[in-house]
Amino acid sequence: MAKPKVAFYWNASCGGCEEAVVDLAEDILKVVEAVDIIFWPVALDFKRSDIEAMDDGEIAVSFINGAIRTEEQEEMVKLLRRKSGLVVAFGSCAHIGGIPGLANFWNRDTIFERAYKEVPSVENPEGIFPRTETQLGNESLTLPEFHNTVRTLGQVIDVDYYLPGCAPPPESIMDAVTAILEGKLPEKGTVLAPDKSLCDTCPRTESKPEKISIKEIKRPHEITPDPEKCFLEEGIICLGPATRSGCGERCINANMPCRGCFGPITGVGDHGARSLSFIASILGLEDEKKMTEEDVQGLIDKIADPAGLFYMYSLPSSLLKRRKMV
Amino acid sequence: MQKRITIDPITRLEGHGKIEIFLDDAGDVKNAFFQIPELRGFEKFAEGRLVEEMPRITPKICGVCPTAHHMASGKCVDAVYGVEPPPAAKKIRELVNSAFMTEDHALHFFFLGGPDFVVGPTAPKAERNILGVLGKVGLEVGTQVIQMRKRLRNIITTIGGKVIHPVCNIPGGVSRGPTKEERDEFLKVGKDAVEFGLFSLEVFNDVVLGNKDYVDLIVGDIYKHKTYYMGLVDENNKVNLFDGKIRVVDPEGKEFAKFPVSDYLNHIAEHVEPWSYIKFPYLKKVGWKGFVDGKDSGVYRVSPLARLNAADGMATPLAQEQYEKMFETLGGKPAHNTLAWHWARLIEMLYAAERLVELASDDEILSDEIRRIPNNTPDEGMGVVEAPRGTLIHHYKTDKRGRVEKCNLIVATLGNSAAMCMSVEKAARGLIKGGRVDDGILNMVEMAFRAYDPCMACATHSLLNTPLIDVVLRRPDGEEIMRLFREDNGNIRKIEK
Repeated sequence: MAKPKVAFYWNASCGGCEEAVVDLAEDILKVVEAVDIIFWPVALDFKRSDIEAMDDGEIAVSFINGAIRTEEQEEMVKLLRRKSGLVVAFGSCAHIGGIPGLANFWNRDTIFERAYKEVPSVENPEGIFPRTETQLGNESLTLPEFHNTVRTLGQVIDVDYYLPGCAPPPESIMDAVTAILEGKLPEKGTVLAPDKSLCDTCPRTESKPEKISIKEIKRPHEITPDPEKCFLEEGIICLGPATRSGCGERCINANMPCRGCFGPITGVGDHGARSLSFIASILGLEDEKKMTEEDVQGLIDKIADPAGLFYMYSLPSSLLKRRKMV
Repeated sequence: MQKRITIDPITRLEGHGKIEIFLDDAGDVKNAFFQIPELRGFEKFAEGRLVEEMPRITPKICGVCPTAHHMASGKCVDAVYGVEPPPAAKKIRELVNSAFMTEDHALHFFFLGGPDFVVGPTAPKAERNILGVLGKVGLEVGTQVIQMRKRLRNIITTIGGKVIHPVCNIPGGVSRGPTKEERDEFLKVGKDAVEFGLFSLEVFNDVVLGNKDYVDLIVGDIYKHKTYYMGLVDENNKVNLFDGKIRVVDPEGKEFAKFPVSDYLNHIAEHVEPWSYIKFPYLKKVGWKGFVDGKDSGVYRVSPLARLNAADGMATPLAQEQYEKMFETLGGKPAHNTLAWHWARLIEMLYAAERLVELASDDEILSDEIRRIPNNTPDEGMGVVEAPRGTLIHHYKTDKRGRVEKCNLIVATLGNSAAMCMSVEKAARGLIKGGRVDDGILNMVEMAFRAYDPCMACATHSLLNTPLIDVVLRRPDGEEIMRLFREDNGNIRKIEK
């Protein structure tokens, strides 16, 4: 029997998701035994034309990482969707937009202006920007168009499953691959990670009081947090309550709070809004009755970058998707 | 009649890379372009972010060298807050960075660039990859490479939480130090890594230096550019991958500049071209003279051989021995041979492993004092480290509440961006004559950029690495004349229309 065909592809990403696959170490040999990797531009000698020549649905599953930032990425994922039985959005950027999604606070023009003209190291008196087409005599050099807005994979094509994380841990990659190979697939649209919040699995959950109340917001470098204690209890913003578990509590183990790379728990559409409302609900809870409006406002104002903090990984998948710019 | 050769896509680039070569009437190379068709805009969307989050945001620039960004950013936020981390924190950071340097350099030699030599530039394409390397050096060694890398990466996971995108650096220090047991394990891994580094150099000695054809290739003119070189040095002008001053030597090896990172804007400028999303840094005091080498051109190079050229030696004994041997073999300093980057990379790997042992042996890393709480109002700062692929600079300016107002990044691979274009063009010029292209030429052109281990080449760290290349020869009207491509088995096929 022919082995199932599998494709890996990347978009606006960092290569960390590819590294995560390589970090399977010896296990990658098991994967290679069980499936036929027919496309992995970073690693294998197959081209877009090979994919174009395939029958629709011929690829069993495509694992696609990265957000969608350029014209070329959009074309490729549409092609892969047509040719694939299943598409798995691999990693935070494909799932919810990821860090590159923070660019939705800006647009193409402001990004170009900064990168190619304004930064103090650039010497560009003529104001040259990269162009989709540059004419050199009779010939032209082309670049793919850079979009105004970063989109998640699910906003561009139909996605069957989501494998969250920045980057997804090797164990969850192996679990997903095994589930697909054994045909033990959950309902379409499922996020392939536990349906629990990070707080439920956090090693510090024991020390978390029944009711948390933040008296004062602290930033991670402003205090020396007790490595046994819940970050929220110490006043450090942690997105654990609104974030899905399954990461292995990796940041917590390094004594740092969660920033939400696994995205929201099931049923929550807007990760940032949920995180914000949770934090707002516990701010000054203990002395709520004694506090004036100004007191509460003062507490909230201590959060200097709420949009960036609560939507660090999920801006493109939020209700607003981006900042409105004239 | 002008002809055009398109190599699209080339592999071993983060995302996508493309080479365009234009031929003149005689079919010789007129010019060549190495294009990067991608941009994500970190310098813009950093604006407004809390500066202490930058060490967690900027590693996402690159998932292969996130540790380097995490370190440069950590040092930058220290500077922004004007806080000096305690000695233990600095040592813990350098320890993590040393583990990272060792595994990253090892990976390039065995998985990426090395196959061209260990298996050979003219070997069948299907063998010119990690599997071919295993065939040459044996499966046992291959398993050892995988294991070594895993153990080194576990050091990063232990302290940094995540090996892909560590999180431990904060303004004033680190969030976590090692336990005694973890330290003992780090030391064991470090000692094995030194042995592994020596073994890797032996492989290089036997397989590469023992073969006259390879040596001819390394010292030959096709892969040579006389440029300036840049790298961090310590107070004795020895290579330092973590700290020190940035030193630049001219193409004759004379010191041209030596400056702290806070002075980088007086020395480094960036040029923009309309045909690539990548920028081209150059030495400001020499000026941008185009894609040319020599003393009058501001083009400089970074990463392993550049660092060894820019320094007076190595600070650890075993690496110093190898350093002397390399320059003696190459005919003195500075060495301009692009392919010798592979050799220099292994010497640095040995150095990083030796540093790992030194740092893991230091009891200070067990200290409880691993962070200082900043007292100053945040303002502006710069941070620098040597990433595997070159000098990496982060520069942030914040408001009084520590929100980033401006961010500028000189990313390591950028330091070689102009040189990579030149190297690709020179290799193409030297190899493509009279419009003739064959399979051997394809790999030789690829070798010109592969030596630099470009960081856009993030995820090239793969087990099954076969160069992906497709060459199309077209008439000026765009009609296809000939196509060369690699088949599944790695063989090159040529179709003439």
